[in-house]
Amino acid sequence: MTVRDAMNVLGARVLVGEENLDREVRSACGSDMMSDVLAFSKDHSILLTGLCNPQVIRTAEMLDIVCIIFVRGKKPDNTILEMAKERDLVVLETGHRMFSSCGMLYAAGLHGGAI
Amino acid sequence: MADVIALTYEISPDDFTRAGEASSDVKSKLKQVGVSPAAIRKVAIAMYEGEINMVIHAEGGKITVEISPTEIKMILADKGPGIPDIEQAMQAGWSTAPDEVRSLGFGAGMGLPNMKKYTDEMNIETTLGVGTTITMVVKI
Repeated sequence: MTVRDAMNVLGARVLVGEENLDREVRSACGSDMMSDVLAFSKDHSILLTGLCNPQVIRTAEMLDIVCIIFVRGKKPDNTILEMAKERDLVVLETGHRMFSSCGMLYAAGLHGGAI
Repeated sequence: MADVIALTYEISPDDFTRAGEASSDVKSKLKQVGVSPAAIRKVAIAMYEGEINMVIHAEGGKITVEISPTEIKMILADKGPGIPDIEQAMQAGWSTAPDEVRSLGFGAGMGLPNMKKYTDEMNIETTLGVGTTITMVVKI
């Protein structure tokens, strides 16, 4: 699916990267622990997290993640959004909680990738 | 003899928001010299974990990255407390990081295992009270 598809499934709002919504995503990873994300995430992924600090952007950068979705209404500050812009990432925000967000994307056909 | 590019970074302690800047810089430099995306990803993840560790556990340190036509070598040297039991530290899930670090998204006990997972060679030299030097190699 594309980032736009994921956005529509969650009724999410774009904070950064409107121009990149048609990028393809193949899997997703949901966690507030960046070390776990670094251990298990695949490329062309979406990262769902409720953690709101600059290391989320850096983790996404190291993994070539396409899109970060901040769940349960977390609002990243301008420093975080600027970092995301510089790295060409899409940042979305949804009011859904982590479990629901992951479930909705999974049901729509986006899976976690092989373990 | 082919050229080796060497990069050196001082990692400042107590500045968690800047942790990862060195890894980010190495990633973009590797892209510039045309290293494959797969190798870049491995280097970036391993070095980033190491850089975070230096900030969390060792009050910063120094990272040297040597890029040759066949491999990328990362040498992470710190003057931190040292690792008492390397075998234990290498176990996924084992962590000595305080809760404060966990609330920042790290300290899950995946740092060293991740570094090993994403590199072709990894060597840890550590002396209690003196410091730790971790050398990692990714073949390209």
